[in-house]
Amino acid sequence: MTCPVNGPRAISEFAYGGEIRPMPDPTTCSDDAWADYVFNRNGSPGVKREWWCHTPSNTWFVAERDTARDVIVRTYLYAGDS
Amino acid sequence: MPWRLLRFALSNKHPEPRMFTRHDTLKPAYDVVIIGGGGHGLAAAYYLARDHGITNVCVLEKGYLGGGNTGRNTTIIRSNYLTPEGVKFYDESVRLWQDLSTDFDLNLFYSNRGHFTLAHTDAALRTSRWRAEVNKHFGIESEVVGPEAVKKAAPMIDLSCGGHAPILGALYHAPGAVARHDAVAWGYGRGADLRGVEIHQRTEVLGIDVVGGKVTGVRTNRGNIATGKVLCAVAGSTPRVLDMVGIRSPIYVHPLQAMVSEPVKPWLDPILVSGSLHVYISQSARGELVMGASLDPYEVQSTRSTFDFPEGLSAHMLDMFPFLSNVKVMRQWAGMADMTPDFAPIMGRTPVEGFYLDGGWGTWGFKATPVCGKTMSYTVANDRNHDLITGFTLDRFRNFELTGEKGAASVGH
Repeated sequence: MTCPVNGPRAISEFAYGGEIRPMPDPTTCSDDAWADYVFNRNGSPGVKREWWCHTPSNTWFVAERDTARDVIVRTYLYAGDS
Repeated sequence: MPWRLLRFALSNKHPEPRMFTRHDTLKPAYDVVIIGGGGHGLAAAYYLARDHGITNVCVLEKGYLGGGNTGRNTTIIRSNYLTPEGVKFYDESVRLWQDLSTDFDLNLFYSNRGHFTLAHTDAALRTSRWRAEVNKHFGIESEVVGPEAVKKAAPMIDLSCGGHAPILGALYHAPGAVARHDAVAWGYGRGADLRGVEIHQRTEVLGIDVVGGKVTGVRTNRGNIATGKVLCAVAGSTPRVLDMVGIRSPIYVHPLQAMVSEPVKPWLDPILVSGSLHVYISQSARGELVMGASLDPYEVQSTRSTFDFPEGLSAHMLDMFPFLSNVKVMRQWAGMADMTPDFAPIMGRTPVEGFYLDGGWGTWGFKATPVCGKTMSYTVANDRNHDLITGFTLDRFRNFELTGEKGAASVGH
């Protein structure tokens, strides 16, 4: 996997942080919307935007990965909500 | 050579009935359609036909029978779980297992071995005591034993595990067993087939029709079927099928890998599991060592294998059994585990009328095959959740009422 800061490194140096999901505002959203955010996931295969961390340098970044084929499409630093 | 084999040489046609009837076409309608021809789906078909008299049923399988997680697990059967819901459920399953061979007239090689969950830390020992007490309360044989009992059952073990993870004790579960997993799918399949259930292999489900919140049919690559009841028993493909009916779920899919060694003389009778070293091992009837570890650490929806898996697993295996250093690894493979946040399955009715779910079986589904078939066939036949599965419904997440089974997962996932 290519770390946007450190370049290509062995996959054992990286930790997976799950798919990027927008968080609803906990003070205003309904219980159902909150439960949906807490528990439900998009479990189907496809190209997903995910959090990954290069653990030796503690660099969190975004990876677009095809979860059906286990292929990394691209990686980049997070640039705020998009 | 037995003389009856001559018939096979002299006859133009296969002289004995095949294991399964071949059906060239799908009927336009069935009472129940079961998606997934693994152990769970076929068991549900079998009990629907045998106990509930519903035989106008078809089982749709994208690949071949038992080719998914039924044929990819490490065949361990046990009931030493942590929550009362889990313990009661799996105990019923272990009881069903014990006479399945007679029921099917097919040898499942059900072999009672005894199951040790090794504890290398005080925390693990504490969980072991907790599990033992819950188990004993429900009448299940389960007790905490010292390291000497482990040494006695598996004399080749290095109790210090290479010096860095000494075994402090273990949870011993006498009914722990292994069975031949393919035969389970074949036995249930043949039993269902004999009672009139149609099994269609190489038939892929492309969509499910839902009208007004009710299931009306299933679309496949071999034509459309009208039906009011669909049971989904597809393990790692569950999220894809749930998308077809528009249900959101907490299921996430990680691969679980396993491997076997070359066959060696019998030396290991019990099943050993170590939560701290993330490994489990048993010896099959053929002499192969069947070994597994924890889940792959990130989401993948395919059954690919990786090289770092046998590398890491072998290192931990040698901590426990240093004498295995010259034994070769013969095969490795992976299954897609449909994991849930609380390590308990998701079963029963769903918000879509006529759509029943038997999923979220993650890494613990094989041992539950018989009881899943029994309870899901009851649920489908009566449109009411069976009493044993009320702790496993999909609404438990919406209501924040989880069934925390993580402590009983065989290795620390």
